[in-house]
Amino acid sequence: MENEPKLKEKSRIMDASRMKRALSRLASEIVEDNQGTNDLYIVGIRRRGVPLAERIVDRIAQLEGEPPLFGIIDITLYRDDLSTVGANPIVNRTELDTDIEGKVIVLVDDVLYTGRTIRAALDQLMDFGRPKKVQLAVLIDRGREHRELPIQADFIGKTVPTKNSEIIKVMLKEYDEAEAVGIYERP
Amino acid sequence: MEKPYRRRDLLGIRDLTPAEIRGILDTAENFREINTREIKKVPALRGKTVVNLFFENSTRTRTSFEIAAKRLSADAVNISVSASSVSKGETLVDTALNLDAMDPDCIVVRHSSAGVPHQLAKVSRAAIVNAGDGANEHPTQALLDAMTIREHKKKIRGQEVAIIGDILHSRVARSNIHLLTKMGAKVRVAGPGTLVPKDFEYFIDETRDRSQETGDNSLESLSSLKSLESKAEDQSPLTVCEHIEDAISGADVVMILRIQRERQDSAYFPTLSEYAIHYGLTNERLDLAKKDAIVLHPGPMNRGIEIASEVADSSRSLILNQVKYGVAVRMAVLYLATGGSIGKE
Repeated sequence: MENEPKLKEKSRIMDASRMKRALSRLASEIVEDNQGTNDLYIVGIRRRGVPLAERIVDRIAQLEGEPPLFGIIDITLYRDDLSTVGANPIVNRTELDTDIEGKVIVLVDDVLYTGRTIRAALDQLMDFGRPKKVQLAVLIDRGREHRELPIQADFIGKTVPTKNSEIIKVMLKEYDEAEAVGIYERP
Repeated sequence: MEKPYRRRDLLGIRDLTPAEIRGILDTAENFREINTREIKKVPALRGKTVVNLFFENSTRTRTSFEIAAKRLSADAVNISVSASSVSKGETLVDTALNLDAMDPDCIVVRHSSAGVPHQLAKVSRAAIVNAGDGANEHPTQALLDAMTIREHKKKIRGQEVAIIGDILHSRVARSNIHLLTKMGAKVRVAGPGTLVPKDFEYFIDETRDRSQETGDNSLESLSSLKSLESKAEDQSPLTVCEHIEDAISGADVVMILRIQRERQDSAYFPTLSEYAIHYGLTNERLDLAKKDAIVLHPGPMNRGIEIASEVADSSRSLILNQVKYGVAVRMAVLYLATGGSIGKE
């Protein structure tokens, strides 16, 4: 991220309080859909899916009185563009300490765009076992027309129709100065 | 921000900056988790070919590289000297060019002569990884030793490490001395007088030169190097001890080198049993080290010679952990050699 040129912000889609409300709603929808936290396993996709997943876990704990299981996956080694990108990206750790066998996995990521990240995450999950069901929660869905694989989200914070020339940036206090979502123009 | 890892070949620890060493170790730590999974395989190096070119026998290192390659989904091919055309008179460069024509992505090479991996790197398009060259270097061994130290001592800086045995012929010792001094540990070496070069200053000089070139921020080690010049030996990152008791005394880590039995014929030491009496690591000698000292050995060990069985089998011995971490280190090295990067996300 450090090396990216300065991008021009076109519009701001979410500020901190909107983001908080969107995550609260996602948490409610997840427990409503799954009838509680039984076998529920929230898994954040590195990098920005992790703090979002943690917040959803906290919210679910408030709603239900007990937190669901929580894990982290790093999809680097499952990317389909490893041979085409110049240098292999940095590898971080996957942390699925509880067996995923028979669990209801809710993958959490910041933005759903081409669907390729989710494909990599699904492949990795299957190497860990056979979950009962896998669902997908994203803060921002950029719209089906961008999808390069048959992958859709089950829980969506906000659908934002975008052009390919645009970039969606989800900024979280864990990694960024701001807590917001903005649309930027690709330079 | 630390410079990302852009090196392809891993020829020796000597060439690496402290930041690069840290980067490899961090990557290796993240690879460890894969080895605990039920399905120990990730698709990262799918379609890549790794050739293990071993001119010298080594079951452990070769197997470790092979497992590492396979867990990353690379295709691993093993070539050992007895089956190769070297015995039919082919030169090293011709062997390399012939392999190269088959488009491997990485060649892991072990040879009894120092500098062979460096020569291969000049002629081959594949990334070259040194799996031990003569008495020069064995970088992945030093990296897995460092990983073991970091895992059990939290950090390398400030640790007092005793390296005992045949320092003269040991590539493990050389790579470890480079790595440990670069990372801020203090190293003390000891062994039979015939097997410990008294004049080890060239190591220190190299270490200092590298630190200056790479802008290593360890002012501490720089100043200690200066004081070495003024003969303040206790400040030096590398000390040659006359008695092994001096080296072990107060050590955090005791690293035992393998005694190469074939050296016995070259009159470096009288007999194996005499070696065991004077230089073998016994519980009694280990008691001189810190209470929580750990014992490392690169294997294969000669029980009852350089290391007593009761030490090798004690809870302070991390010899099998070293083997375990070896796979993760080699996965990281292969990943980085075939295009990986380290540094900030």
